[in-house]
Amino acid sequence: MKKFLLNNYYFFKLNILEIPWRMIIFTGIIFLAFIPLFIDDYIIRILTFACLFAIFAASWDILGGFMGQLNMGHAAFFGVAAYASAICNVNLGLPPYITIFIGALCSVVTGLIVCLPALRLRGFYLALVTLAFPVVLNGLIMLFPNITGGEMGISGLVKLLPTAIGNYYLVFIIMLISVFVMWKFTDTQSRFIRAGVIMRAIREDEIAARTSGINSTQYKVFAFAMSAFFAGLSGAIYAHLIRVAGPSTLTLTLSFNPILWSIFGGISTIYGPVIGVFILHPLVELLRLNVIGEEIRVIVQALVLILVLLFMPMGLTTWIRDHIEVICLRCKAINIFTRMKCRICGANLHLEKSQKKHYRFSNKSGIEHHNNKEIVV
Amino acid sequence: MSLILFLINWLATAGYYALLAIGFSLLFGVARMANFAHTSLYMLTGFLVYTFSLILGYGLILSSVLAICSVVIVAIGFYVMVLNRVKEQPLAVMMVTFALALLIQETLLTFFQASLRGMEPFFDGYFEIFGVRVSFQHVFTIFASAAVIIGLILLLSKTKLGKAIRAVSQDAEMANVMGVNVGRILLITTGISAALAGIAAIVILPLFSIEPYMWLTPLTVIIAAVVLGGLGSIKGSIFGALILSFAEVLVITFIPQGGFLRGVASMLALVAVLIFRPEGLFGITFEEERI
Repeated sequence: MKKFLLNNYYFFKLNILEIPWRMIIFTGIIFLAFIPLFIDDYIIRILTFACLFAIFAASWDILGGFMGQLNMGHAAFFGVAAYASAICNVNLGLPPYITIFIGALCSVVTGLIVCLPALRLRGFYLALVTLAFPVVLNGLIMLFPNITGGEMGISGLVKLLPTAIGNYYLVFIIMLISVFVMWKFTDTQSRFIRAGVIMRAIREDEIAARTSGINSTQYKVFAFAMSAFFAGLSGAIYAHLIRVAGPSTLTLTLSFNPILWSIFGGISTIYGPVIGVFILHPLVELLRLNVIGEEIRVIVQALVLILVLLFMPMGLTTWIRDHIEVICLRCKAINIFTRMKCRICGANLHLEKSQKKHYRFSNKSGIEHHNNKEIVV
Repeated sequence: MSLILFLINWLATAGYYALLAIGFSLLFGVARMANFAHTSLYMLTGFLVYTFSLILGYGLILSSVLAICSVVIVAIGFYVMVLNRVKEQPLAVMMVTFALALLIQETLLTFFQASLRGMEPFFDGYFEIFGVRVSFQHVFTIFASAAVIIGLILLLSKTKLGKAIRAVSQDAEMANVMGVNVGRILLITTGISAALAGIAAIVILPLFSIEPYMWLTPLTVIIAAVVLGGLGSIKGSIFGALILSFAEVLVITFIPQGGFLRGVASMLALVAVLIFRPEGLFGITFEEERI
């Protein structure tokens, strides 16, 4: 028993406590798990939606960040799932835990349909074509008002749980599980799932990846399906939370929000978009709470985005991680920046402080930024 | 009879989309920047003309010139302060310009609220052909947009500046080696693109009413037109605008409740073309860039 506990403690210490970035995320999860006991219902609702949009933003990051398939119509998945679960719930009377999955599956089907043109296009063409899908869906919704409710949408969905705190914990746990699954699937250092490395390879150079025997089409379809599934999950839960599925789930703003959160938090790191949502969404909603006015919040959001892109082009989390983590040159272990020696192998981390010698960096790898650059080692 | 009405509507809509689409396409072709704020510059011009002419009481022509100048200044200022620093990352450019569009929308919302306003037309009255009433404003829109497009094509093909712009759009590094000041050309192109958006607003907006959310609908359509014609090709965007406006006007005229389908029609036309020709009608397939 004692040995088991000790082993677990060492595992925890090595994998979480010693790595500053994971420590921050761990603290954040603990904070989010206990905060609703001390705040009122309105803020709990804001945090619930933040959890929901965290799934949505992370699902965009699988496609846009890891796969390099810029999807500018992510709201299509969200809206399809919201409408599907609403129709199943209101017209057929199915309980929420079934309709949410039906919604997510409908969204996967949409993802596979979007795939058809997406597999032929790349870059800007793909981005601009995917922008079209929510517009098409919006037109179809307006065309069949007796099924979809037209402008007003479908209202009267069943509540998930009666209390705000219950809803919060449900969505929070779903968020933790789905973000963990997405992170594990795209983790480049995972030993069991190779999808992360392969997706990155396809993003960097598709021809080289295909030459190495990777079926890039299969992985693109897989990424579209997974991204659509999680986006649909969040869309279906959203419909049950606000109890209305309307055309507001297909707007251009909703398509751009996950991109905005991802860029703010740091693209192609699943946790980046999640943190982006948890900073930006409550900030914007709390601004609405004050008397300042509706317009100010969008202006604040836009200004924050512009400033972040100007000063931290890779996003907030990547910027912070680069400043608080030092990678050991010898064994590639991650250390906190305050350490002088590596925690695994004991090599000096901040070489420039201990030995001052000039080396000319010989550029064997052919990376252009290090070309003939004199650095102090 | 309805054929003439259809023709006039088609040409006016096509002129509207083509004017906006070539501005977007020019900036994309030269600087590789997808400017999502293009239609909000167009909207901003509309509101500025409204302010100058109806609130401050200047003449219509003077206020149009003032509005175009101020929109060009806004675009160039934004380019120098923000876009210039992030132009290497396409996604960042899209998001920054989208943020600018939101900024303009919300600023206009604070000053004008979300109500519909009408602009003063340049020409009043109408004439009749075969019993169809055609207003002078429609005819003016068609001819003015054709004139502006021809002027732009002449500028690009005949002048030294146009040659420099085309050189930068084909290969910026090589143009730089040949002595073209690439930074200045990009700045001038931004200005021309913004001026095109402004001219589009002045030519077209008297036909519609203005409100702070009106930038969203044309944005998707002009992007579709540009993609349909091939990114960065001026000829392509004109043809794209003609095709999409044809599809839209056809749907609106001949299908009951077609107003809801106008977006669907143009987007389906776009997807259909792209499935058979992934680089657009007049697009050039670049050799894929390898790093």
